[in-house]
Amino acid sequence: MTEYDLVIIGGGPAGLAAAVAARKAGLESILILERDNELGGILNQCIHNGFGLHTFREELTGPEYAGRFREQVQELRIPYKLNTMVLDLAADKTVTAMNGEDGLFCLHPKAVVLAMGCRERPRGALNIPGYRPAGIYTAGTAQRLVNMEGYLPGRNVVILGSGDIGLIMARRMTLEGAKVHVVAELMPYSGGLKRNIVQCLDDYGIPLKLSHTVVDIQGKERVEGVTLARVENGKPVPGTEEHYPCDTLLLSCGLIPENELSRGAGVEINPVTNGPLVSDTLETSIPGVFAAGNVLHVHDLVDYVSQEAAAAGENAARYIRSGGTGTGRAVPVRCDGGVRYTVPASVRLSDLDPEQTVTVRFRVGNVYQNKRILVYAGDAPIYRRKARVLAPGEMETLGLKAKDLLEHPEAEQILVTLEDA
Amino acid sequence: MFDVIIIGAGVSGCAIARELSRKKAGILVLERAEDVCCGTSKANSAIVHAGYDAKHGTLMAKLNVQGSRMMPQLARDLDIHYQVNGSLVVMMSPEDRPALVALYENGIQNGVEGLRILEREELRAMEPNISDDAVAALYAPTGAIICPFGLTFALAENAAKNGVQFQFDRQVTGLNRLEDHWEVITPQQTYAAKVVVNAAGVYSDEIHNMAAPDKMTIKPRRGDYFLLDKTTRGFVKNTVFQLPGKLGKGVLVAPTVHGNTIVGPTAIDLEDKDGTATTREGLEDVRAKCGIAVKGLPLNQTITSFAGLRAHEARHEFFIGEAAPGFVDCAAIESPGLSSAPAIGVMVADIVTNILHLEDNPRFDGTRKGILDPKTLSREEYAALIRENPAYGKVICRCETITEGEILDAIRRVPGARSLDGVKRRTRAGMGRCQGGFCSPRVMEILSRELGIPMSQVTKSGGNSRLILGTNKDSL
Ligand SMILES: Cc1cc2nc3c(=O)[nH]c(=O)nc-3n(C[C@H](O)[C@H](O)[C@H](O)COP(=O)(O)OP(=O)(O)OC[C@H]3O[C@@H](n4cnc5c(N)ncnc54)[C@H](O)[C@@H]3O)c2cc1C
Ligand SMILES: Cc1cc2nc3c(=O)[nH]c(=O)nc-3n(C[C@H](O)[C@H](O)[C@H](O)COP(=O)(O)OP(=O)(O)OC[C@H]3O[C@@H](n4cnc5c(N)ncnc54)[C@H](O)[C@@H]3O)c2cc1C
Repeated sequence: MTEYDLVIIGGGPAGLAAAVAARKAGLESILILERDNELGGILNQCIHNGFGLHTFREELTGPEYAGRFREQVQELRIPYKLNTMVLDLAADKTVTAMNGEDGLFCLHPKAVVLAMGCRERPRGALNIPGYRPAGIYTAGTAQRLVNMEGYLPGRNVVILGSGDIGLIMARRMTLEGAKVHVVAELMPYSGGLKRNIVQCLDDYGIPLKLSHTVVDIQGKERVEGVTLARVENGKPVPGTEEHYPCDTLLLSCGLIPENELSRGAGVEINPVTNGPLVSDTLETSIPGVFAAGNVLHVHDLVDYVSQEAAAAGENAARYIRSGGTGTGRAVPVRCDGGVRYTVPASVRLSDLDPEQTVTVRFRVGNVYQNKRILVYAGDAPIYRRKARVLAPGEMETLGLKAKDLLEHPEAEQILVTLEDA
Repeated sequence: MFDVIIIGAGVSGCAIARELSRKKAGILVLERAEDVCCGTSKANSAIVHAGYDAKHGTLMAKLNVQGSRMMPQLARDLDIHYQVNGSLVVMMSPEDRPALVALYENGIQNGVEGLRILEREELRAMEPNISDDAVAALYAPTGAIICPFGLTFALAENAAKNGVQFQFDRQVTGLNRLEDHWEVITPQQTYAAKVVVNAAGVYSDEIHNMAAPDKMTIKPRRGDYFLLDKTTRGFVKNTVFQLPGKLGKGVLVAPTVHGNTIVGPTAIDLEDKDGTATTREGLEDVRAKCGIAVKGLPLNQTITSFAGLRAHEARHEFFIGEAAPGFVDCAAIESPGLSSAPAIGVMVADIVTNILHLEDNPRFDGTRKGILDPKTLSREEYAALIRENPAYGKVICRCETITEGEILDAIRRVPGARSLDGVKRRTRAGMGRCQGGFCSPRVMEILSRELGIPMSQVTKSGGNSRLILGTNKDSL
């Protein structure tokens, strides 16, 4: 088996952008491994518009957006293997994979980019009691059936969870002739983008019930109905039950990064994101193993996935060229004041180029209004920005000037926090 | 005319069928569901109990100990996932010691080997995640775990290999005694058999009452469970029970043969014999109790919850015997029915053999190969397999790494999978952490192709459990 300097695990938008950026940074020897039968990842089933506004300044569908990157990969003649499942990643970066043509094989790259994306949280993880009949799907599974295969999994639908995929499927199922009765959301706020609530629910008159959950599923063979109830302090309130006859329950209750391979290799995982802990170069706790996209933390816009992954690809190319990781001290990035996590989790201050920008992405744990986002290096404030509304469903991005950080070389930590404006 | 009709294709019916296939006889198994193992045998704790629990002198105790002794050889012959992991009954309060000692003595009387009472230190050393408050425990080194589907499918396939016929979607609704045989009535067809065996699980009272002069009542008693992700592998090594006592009756925490952790069950009496719905209260009960005997159980790793129904009869005993001429009961098989199944099979087969004076089947072959799991092969063997059959290089279920080759094998076996759940129970495709999110559309396509049915007729578990209700815009 031919060996490669860089192996990219996953050929979704993250993997493709990493590959393109690594090649443009001068790296010759790159291989993408993808378990599906085409490149593009989850975007292939997202046939609605709204992708690429930031990257290409036009509105593309998911497959079109993926297509742009696929073309670049082909133009740059970056090799890839489809229908190829990576089964194991070892701490020494040995990649074990399998497909029908090559059988089982091992690769020994100098660097790896993790770009495996994420999966949806299943019913079991949500502890919904009741029977286990046909007709309960995650929104993504329904999306695949409808958008890629033309099948309607049901005609009368209740959706639990207001994540973006659930919202988009509420509209899609309606357009395909199903009746979506209600979207119930456990939290007092939606987990999805504001624009999706307007365009996918409001425009079609589909009610969104916040602080509601499914307390029972009826039907032994096929779903016949669900019972919703209002939730207070995490518990359903007796007497608030409402029954909805339906044949389908779609679940859109969150995504879980696919880090089984990363864990197997011993990569340190952030319990908040379920993704690897990375430095500002997107390098994980294993030198030469980088991560980007949904495997790192769940993104709501694919444009940011592409940006992040391009950085990971460039950094992987630099790692291979220079034969290792920088030696600078890793200063931890901490969060407070309602910020749930940050990516990166550390910055190697002394390795920074004074002219560069350090991108910090984060999410908040609740809905906040009229706040100021503040970043401190040690005790010194180095960044501030007003934020009128912050919501868990929307990822925030900060560009910190390396110059500002470098003025505080002794800082013990970098703190990202919110304060009242 | 069949020599024997067995009603019910759970672990009991399948064990009986396999034992009887050692004899020359025409045997038919009638099952109301669409597949083998759709009743209680699919939803239980999957423990092969060592046999200290069932009261000494009962049939239950005898068959449990026998069954547990037969299991290792059976697992080898039929290629079943089975593992002797030991079991612990943990005592949480010193006042409960008499109960622990009584359990030990009952076990000794039942003939269970190797029983010992472990004190705190030894217990801690054996199971680091045991609660700090645990005082002592009864240790049974012969306690084991098994794949309950695997056991039931293996018994059925081996019976089929030796000539037993299976028919599904056949609910027995009546039994008529004619001069020298029984008429067995189903909505589709009426059958004739010299002997009828009742192995209908929670419905075994109804079948009994169709044939026998006395009446039987079985109450379903539900047990709810959580199943945790394989990330919890090794949380406990032994099956950990809590001794019923001052803190009530706890729930068990056990590894499964596939590396998950199972937590449960509750005990909730019901009226509905198909009432396998979990309830919030039931799941809350498991949640509240599971942290007593062990500490730090990561319940946030739950991938699914489910419930099964015990076939409870007031006397808490197995009913096995000829209840009417040519009508043999294998009724009220509640826990430890799974553990006892091999011995139940032998006992019922002996009764039937005596009634019919059956001769040995010289062609009986008591071995069976399971669905080939390529993960158990060496790298070279695996590579060779993929070269020979590329379907083994195509992963369908990503969480459990199940290939198309394994799924095709599951569908093409006899009796083979005909639904998503049938594939899942045979191969584990869809049993992993995403619970079929990725693979179910792909498995549906394979089923549609292999069975020659449109996607709209592919079901989750037979009957009306269709997965697709239409095509895009068909109603517009
Ligand atoms: C169901 C769903 C619907 C979405 N809808 C929208 C939307 O409407 N709008 C929007 O902006 N964003 C949407 N997103 C988010 C957006 O698509 C993602 O942000 C983006 O696709 C993430 O890119 P990625 O490359 O990180 O992951 P993915 O697109 O998930 O790609 C990961 C790739 O890695 C492959 N892979 C994983 N493990 C292995 C392995 N072991 N071996 C080989 N290959 C492997 C996978 O097959 C996949 O192709 C959606 C996400 C999901 C999950
Ligand atoms: C919560 C729980 C935990 C348990 N844990 C354990 C354990 O750890 N260890 C252990 O040894 N045992 C355990 N058991 C017990 C064990 O699961 C059962 O004893 C065993 O599975 C019973 O098998 P069976 O074949 O008798 O019944 P079933 O598996 O219920 O099979 C009966 C079959 O008969 C069919 N049937 C019913 N009526 C008709 C009809 N009219 N016509 C045709 N077919 C019909 C049903 O569809 C079903 O398939 C547990 C049970 C429960 C409920």
